[in-house]
Amino acid sequence: MGNADSITFIFFNAFLANNFVLAMFLGLCPFLGVSGKLNTALPMGLATSFVMLVSSVCAYFLNELLVAFGIEYLRLISYIVVIASAVQLVEMTLKKLSPTLFRALGIYLPLITTNCAILGLALFQTFKEYNFMQSLAYALGAGAGFILALLLMAGLRERLELAKLPSVTQGAALSLILGGLLSLAFMGFAGLGAE
Amino acid sequence: MSLIKQDDRITLDTFLEGVWRENPVFVMMLGMCPTLAVTNSAMNALAMGVATTFVLIASSLLVSLFRNLIPSEVRIATYIVIIATFVTIVDYTMQAVSQPLYHALGAFIQLIVVNCIILGRAEACASRNKPLKSMVNAAGMGLGFTLALLSLGSVRELLGSGSLFGLPLFGEHFQPWVVMVLPPGGFLVLGGWLLFFEWLKTRKQDQVLGAEGATHG
Repeated sequence: MGNADSITFIFFNAFLANNFVLAMFLGLCPFLGVSGKLNTALPMGLATSFVMLVSSVCAYFLNELLVAFGIEYLRLISYIVVIASAVQLVEMTLKKLSPTLFRALGIYLPLITTNCAILGLALFQTFKEYNFMQSLAYALGAGAGFILALLLMAGLRERLELAKLPSVTQGAALSLILGGLLSLAFMGFAGLGAE
Repeated sequence: MSLIKQDDRITLDTFLEGVWRENPVFVMMLGMCPTLAVTNSAMNALAMGVATTFVLIASSLLVSLFRNLIPSEVRIATYIVIIATFVTIVDYTMQAVSQPLYHALGAFIQLIVVNCIILGRAEACASRNKPLKSMVNAAGMGLGFTLALLSLGSVRELLGSGSLFGLPLFGEHFQPWVVMVLPPGGFLVLGGWLLFFEWLKTRKQDQVLGAEGATHG
């Protein structure tokens, strides 16, 4: 590590030190919504990471194209269209391969389109001017970080179902406070690399 | 059936719904990402709230005007393109008006596109109602969102840097609670607000149960 442009550094930076969910607040809707059970959290994480990878690659080439034509102001619109198509692809694949899982994920699957982690990833890699390999590492790191955060949260929430809690703390407030504690723990990774 | 008849009426409730009863942040838990990410100071929170409100109102108007032309199969894609257009406008305006603010909010301005509140309003309200009503409703939602952001932003700024809108409030002996302006603070403060509202709700329910005769709420 050390070199801020190296591929390992970018991967671990997105994975731990600047975890998309816990440090940059991207993709919170599924983080709070689907993290109730471990067996839905994992497929959701995998689906999101896959879309991240696909849209990161697409966004990279799309940006080259936009810059070549000098029409960067269309960036946002074209990114979101690419992401929406990628999500549609995943949705159709999943429906064919595993209808049970498709039903378990429910509304959260099409909502991947409006998951800010994915658009955020595409935008950040453009701002940071990553090359192709760097973008790939960034997308993989972000995806792995998203799965990690989702799994940790789901594990905690499964345990807490058995605990006796005051009635006021049940529901969203509890998830947020858990998120806060996880986020505190992840700040320990901050020494690994800064922005 | 009666719902269809009431469709065009604009009541105070159309506006206030978004501010209190269906507050996007505290009640519906939508738009969490910008809510937590940019509320490390009251000024950022206000700017974000205003930007989102503008996109919300403008896209509601457009969606509502075209609601009979948009085929339902491609409606989500159409809404997203409309929203993305307005966000691009906001993005470039912000860049022209205030560079420091633009840098503080960073990519989160562009991320307004994927704010579920806006798409949710387009789908649930603007696609079914006349332009004026959708705009009033959107304005209410925007105000509710801005207020929620402000309530988070001011608490975090107050605890984390001891100031409000950049003005120091406490003396120089104030020890800032730095973690509040860092990511964990966002989660904890929002969690705290939710606990407070939940407590208010349970207390109200208890009162209603206590006064058995007057149960209408």
